[in-house]
Amino acid sequence: MANVTGSSEPQRDVGASFGTAATEYAADRAVGAPSEGGPDGVAGRSQLSLAFRRFLHHRMALVGLTIFVLLVATAFIAPHFWKWGYADITPEFATSPDAAHPFGTDTIGHDLFAQVLIATQTSLKTAFIVTVIATILGTVIGAVAGYYGKLADAALMRFTDLVLTVPLLALLLVLANILSKQSGNYLYIAIIIAAVFWTYLARLVRGTFLSLREHDYVLAARAIGARDRRVIFRHMIPNAMGPIVVNATLTVANAILIESALSFLGLGIQPPEVSLGSLINNGQGAATTEWWLFAFPSGVLVLIILAVNFVGDGLRDALDPRQTRVRA
Amino acid sequence: MDESQERLLDVDGLTVAFPTDEGIVQAVRGVTFSLEPGKVLGIAGESGSGKSVTSLAIMGLLPRSARVAGSVRFRGRELLGLSERALEEIRGRRISVIFQDPMPSINPVYTVGWQVAEAIEMHQDVPKRKAWARAIELLELVGIPRAAERAESYPHEFSGGMQQRVVIATAMANNPDVIIADEPTTALDVTVQAQVLEALKTAQEETNAAVIFITHDLAAMAGIADEIIVMYAGKPVESAPTDEIFYRPRMPYTVGLLASLPRLDTDASEPLRPIPGSPPQVIDLPPGCPFTPRCPLARAKCREEEPELRKFGEGHLTACHFAEELEQKGGEEIFAPIAVDTEVLSG
Repeated sequence: MANVTGSSEPQRDVGASFGTAATEYAADRAVGAPSEGGPDGVAGRSQLSLAFRRFLHHRMALVGLTIFVLLVATAFIAPHFWKWGYADITPEFATSPDAAHPFGTDTIGHDLFAQVLIATQTSLKTAFIVTVIATILGTVIGAVAGYYGKLADAALMRFTDLVLTVPLLALLLVLANILSKQSGNYLYIAIIIAAVFWTYLARLVRGTFLSLREHDYVLAARAIGARDRRVIFRHMIPNAMGPIVVNATLTVANAILIESALSFLGLGIQPPEVSLGSLINNGQGAATTEWWLFAFPSGVLVLIILAVNFVGDGLRDALDPRQTRVRA
Repeated sequence: MDESQERLLDVDGLTVAFPTDEGIVQAVRGVTFSLEPGKVLGIAGESGSGKSVTSLAIMGLLPRSARVAGSVRFRGRELLGLSERALEEIRGRRISVIFQDPMPSINPVYTVGWQVAEAIEMHQDVPKRKAWARAIELLELVGIPRAAERAESYPHEFSGGMQQRVVIATAMANNPDVIIADEPTTALDVTVQAQVLEALKTAQEETNAAVIFITHDLAAMAGIADEIIVMYAGKPVESAPTDEIFYRPRMPYTVGLLASLPRLDTDASEPLRPIPGSPPQVIDLPPGCPFTPRCPLARAKCREEEPELRKFGEGHLTACHFAEELEQKGGEEIFAPIAVDTEVLSG
């Protein structure tokens, strides 16, 4: 009674709270579980499982997901078993695809298959980092702006506008030029891209929060004594998960494209590291004579983007609560 | 009200105003009441009479643009102007609220058990497992069948009445001293209203909390409230023990509300007697009694001077210049039935 500190929630920092919101959601469900195995059918129909079912019925999304998973698995597992390393110089150079080199070799003698595998890895890792950083940053900034409104909203959104007004490619070129010369590390490239990409999500989440804020459950949560932080992270963000997740998939695709564009311009990943963009750049000069140098990296790039976009499309349909139609 | 031993909640001259583009909306214009432990206070009135705003003001949950003045003391401690931190410790712990519409006031992404347990965990230092067990207990108490199983269901799998029970369970989770029930049955089917009122009664008995029961439904109030305040245009116009209000109303508005209720003890062919007109806009209220335009007894004095609440009998306050006249007249005589009204209009 005297001990009404108000919160049984451990002191976490803002970013961590967000990161765990979704997993806690699942964990909290599990907390209740020990009481029973439960007659099925009652507990099973959560929003999430409904969404999952809808996703499974979305054929293109499933195809996209399968392709994406296969690509990821291949990119990360195959290099361990492939006879050539991505930096190895083979005795054959400029050979067209054959049994020994399924993607052919370049003019120096690199095995293109080994290079594409590593390049795909680099691109995926970059995209992953961009997505994580941009999603967390964008969600938190958008949530705070949308929840508090007034001054916080004005300050954060004007800052967001400011970042948005900067020509994206020009900024990336300048920053990449400075940073990548130092190390050529994909991590830097990822951070630079994320520094711009969070703005889109921040605007989206802010808009979502402006409408969520008016919901009675927000008032109800405050009425049982919930702090702002709890209201934002435990009550509102889970309700905004749909748009956030969909935006994240779009970010994956866009990050891969931007990274490729940067590398294509020679400002992204630096040799001897390879990314899909730098491979395409290398191959473009020989597109008519040694077509494989251009075709395979580009093909993989297109495949990834398409797969991710299909998944995003499926998620958007699945997470939309008004969507009741179940596709055959 | 004079002989109240221990005052739990003291609201004194509470006013709430919202600045808008059209002018200042005087949502609450001076509400005064005190609540004793374990008692049920009913606040009745039409939409826009300031009932809900009063409850939000007590909880400190009004938007920041609201201008609140007066005093709300809980166990002698002033709540108005208290820091958000201090209020968070009172909300849900000492004073909890049940909102009108249960569906939107439950978070759709969590199980109902989670939400009740959350309220417990927020104010009590108990392990999750224990909070969950207590949540199931509470759900059972408010009449949810197979509570242990249903606790793992999501809000959308519940009917409106069941959802409102969940909200009631949440409200009583921390044994509060005051439960504010803001139109808890309005959004529900008539058939489940009685059950939800029953759940509310259980909650009150279990927690021994005082209840502020806000509704426009006088009939629902009759069986529950110890005392009733009738509000009109942001102000209490009559306040008395429940029986007094029903048997000896001394304000034309209250008389009108009672007369407009369908009754079982009269001839079925008896037409309903509505109060003509609609509640006034609370922007730029003209001087005088705000009920004047709708009042069959209104005369010149009513237009010039707004009556103050005055003592009329034991624990009975009324704000009408001509309350004495109501001793001779019943609602049937004052308010015309619908049929007569249309005749007057056409003739």
